[in-house]
Amino acid sequence: MIDQLNISENNFEQCIKCTVCTVYCPVTAVNPLYPGPKQAGPDGERYRLKHRDFYNEALKYCLNCKRCEVACPSGVRISDIILSARNRYSRGSAGLRDRMLAHTDMMGGLATRLSPTVNGLLRLKPVKLAMDLTLGIDRRRTFPAYTPRKFTTWYRRHAAERQERFANQVTYFHGCYVNYNFPRLGKDLVKVMNAIGWGVQLMKDEKCCGVARIANRLIKQATDAAKVNLREIGAQVEAGRDVIATSSTCVMTMRDEYPHVLGLDNAGVRDHIMTATRFLYNLVESGRVKLAFKPDYRLHAAYHTPCHLVRLGWGIYSTELLKMIPGLQLTILDYNCCGIAGTYGFKKENYAYSQAIGKQLFDSIAEAAPDIVATDCETCKWQIEMSTGLKVANPISIIADALDVEATRQLNNV
Amino acid sequence: MKFDTIIIGGGLSGMTAGITLARAGQRVAVFSTGQSALQFSSGSMELLGQLDGQNVERPTEAYDSLPAGHPYRRIGKAKWLDLLGRVQPMLSEAGINTIGDSSRNRWRLTPLGKLKPAWLTLDDFATFTSPGKLPWRSVALVNITDFIDFYPQFLAPTLERRGVKCRQESVTIPRLEKLRQSSTEMRAPTVARLLDDDAIRQIAGRLNVIARDVDALIMPAVVGLRDDHQLTLLRRLIVKPVYFVTTMSASVPGIRIQMQLDAYFKKLGGTLFPGDTIVRAEMCGDRIQAVYSVNHGDEPLEAENYVLASGSFFGNGLVALTDRIVEPVFGLDVDAPGARAEWYKPDLYDAQPFMSYGVRSDDSFRPSASGKTILNLYAVGSILGGCNPIKEGCGAGVAMLTAMAAADRILE
Ligand SMILES: Cc1cc2nc3c(=O)[nH]c(=O)nc-3n(C[C@H](O)[C@H](O)[C@H](O)COP(=O)(O)OP(=O)(O)OC[C@H]3O[C@@H](n4cnc5c(N)ncnc54)[C@H](O)[C@@H]3O)c2cc1C
Ligand code: SF4
Ligand code: SF4
Repeated sequence: MIDQLNISENNFEQCIKCTVCTVYCPVTAVNPLYPGPKQAGPDGERYRLKHRDFYNEALKYCLNCKRCEVACPSGVRISDIILSARNRYSRGSAGLRDRMLAHTDMMGGLATRLSPTVNGLLRLKPVKLAMDLTLGIDRRRTFPAYTPRKFTTWYRRHAAERQERFANQVTYFHGCYVNYNFPRLGKDLVKVMNAIGWGVQLMKDEKCCGVARIANRLIKQATDAAKVNLREIGAQVEAGRDVIATSSTCVMTMRDEYPHVLGLDNAGVRDHIMTATRFLYNLVESGRVKLAFKPDYRLHAAYHTPCHLVRLGWGIYSTELLKMIPGLQLTILDYNCCGIAGTYGFKKENYAYSQAIGKQLFDSIAEAAPDIVATDCETCKWQIEMSTGLKVANPISIIADALDVEATRQLNNV
Repeated sequence: MKFDTIIIGGGLSGMTAGITLARAGQRVAVFSTGQSALQFSSGSMELLGQLDGQNVERPTEAYDSLPAGHPYRRIGKAKWLDLLGRVQPMLSEAGINTIGDSSRNRWRLTPLGKLKPAWLTLDDFATFTSPGKLPWRSVALVNITDFIDFYPQFLAPTLERRGVKCRQESVTIPRLEKLRQSSTEMRAPTVARLLDDDAIRQIAGRLNVIARDVDALIMPAVVGLRDDHQLTLLRRLIVKPVYFVTTMSASVPGIRIQMQLDAYFKKLGGTLFPGDTIVRAEMCGDRIQAVYSVNHGDEPLEAENYVLASGSFFGNGLVALTDRIVEPVFGLDVDAPGARAEWYKPDLYDAQPFMSYGVRSDDSFRPSASGKTILNLYAVGSILGGCNPIKEGCGAGVAMLTAMAAADRILE
């Protein structure tokens, strides 16, 4: 209703100047150089619309965590305004480091082929120092390891054929992380879905969702990839299949940033793109499938809601699913940003801010003293593993571990 | 998803309803688009401050003079008195400690140096039992250096007129100095976030020097964003009493109240959906069958009962279009004149008619759409009409008491 009265993008003119957004911005709390969401977003936009010289390079400090948007009483899409402004007005072009960090798929493809060497190299102190000095990638950062065999390779050789047996089918958007760094999560998803009688398909052509390219101002590349993804997702939806992902960020990007930041129309497919936990929860809740868990399974997990899942409002699907596991003790942590925000925390100039932002979360994890941390985002996983020393797993992996596959198959007549 | 009750709006009224229901064992969900009017709270909750242009001293005695359509009148006097007794205990269970009493208003100091009637006030705020005489001979008004939302120069004349000698001081510490690089961020919540235990200890050292020859210190409310840990620490370290006055713009105590209510609701087993907006309902006869939200799309959100606590114009509980005022979720009937010119008075400080508009409802606060009462929906808080919360000073009272009344109905 309010949207109809707008003449500008991202609800910018709905701002009532209440400063509520600034209260919830994790960057404002630690970095005095950042003007804060109100200034960087709707306030600054008023000036930028007059002249691009009003653009302030400090907008680069925004994490794109979207906490400001969740707090805003007026529905202003503050971080979309900030991202768009960065892309439109920033004078500097993305340097080598930003390009490298942004091309999670190309870098991943390269590194996978060379993974033992690359992983070893990325752990070496001199290499880290060199990357720090030459590229500005902070040397204190632990790199996620690359896998020697991509998820898609495993899927084609060991899973694709089996999927045809199932009457129900869903499509999996695996994303760069599952493909190049952590195929185990993709395998876990296939295991769970197959146990309840659902086959898992992949898209013919999947490109990186583009979140890192958008954040690093590589808009043309992001748009090209997004168009391919939208076309492929469209084909899946046409065939009657929803598209699910185990990364909350991929989902948020394809649902919200494609239209709001890249200006691509995804209305026809948006409702069919969702997190795997939402899809699974709905199947269970509607009584269409049943889950059986191992009677002797015991684990204390602390669940961290990734910022982008807070924005999607879907944390509940993950926590409700985890609550179904009888042997699982679940602590739901308060919403706090982990501070890494994808490629942000890898950059030397952001490292200290990134860790300062995450401190509240790390402290609350220490207090809960769980066996494991559960979360739906891969970059949260890196950050929490590096900063707390605890293992972090996607809820789908925890379900896969706890699942009594035989009993589940029987319950679902598989 | 299925709940016993779904609440639309997570402000003071929505959270009060949520807490009341969750405490009685219900499975409750609260959906809230964004933060609420609590973010601007003065630190005082108002029950009834003004009637016919006169300050109200004894709200319970003024009850019978309220107009018939006032939400308090519709609760009924006996019930209203009963509910009044439940508010302070509920707040203190959530960790919100207040002073005040419904039979007699106290007086609070506003940031612009006025004295206004107040019902319940956070116990670390400056309030007085009578507006004529204040309990001090001398005070220091201590600002944070360069903090732009606190005006000692407005407070001093009010205090001096009542025989209190005022000294204006300011304090800072290195970490606040850094904040001054960006003056627009020198706002209460940003300052509050930097005041951890260490910072409080540093500030306390300077305050104790200032406190030597005054009876009390008065400071802007910039301490304690998440809980009252730092507040307690500060008061323990300072040799003289410290009182706070709310700041302009976003309010630290208001944010704290919201966080404490949210945390208490979650502790009672309630589920919060922050940043999500309920957009439409599916009806089955006179009853709501399910509601739908932006984030959950076509997934039905089902409950036995629904509470609409979506606030007034602030927060879009009511929306003014060019030619009419609408309630956007259910399309409820709204009591408001058709002609836009009647909605407001040109003088900003007049009682504004639009402030008293609201959805039409029966005496159980069940609203109607196209003249038909919806049987499992209750409207509570500032979305109700029949009172002018700003002019009458009854915002928090209406929010909490109507919420409790509706929750009790649901539990009956
Ligand atoms: C700026 C301001 C300052 C005030 N200060 C005081 C004070 O100091 N003391 C006092 O006693 N009173 C004060 N009041 C009066 C105030 O209105 C009440 O005290 C009370 O806080 C109102 O609470 P509420 O829950 O009814 O509405 P609100 O606080 O407005 O909350 C409504 C909530 O519903 C959400 N919402 C709206 N539509 C939807 C939807 N479709 N789906 C999901 N969520 C939705 C909004 O985002 C908002 O969070 C103040 C009011 C304002 C506007
Ligand atoms: S919270 Fe929303 S309305 Fe308030 S200042 Fe920020 S953008 Fe504007
Ligand atoms: S997206 Fe996050 S970091 Fe950026 S302005 Fe909003 S709250 Fe701050």
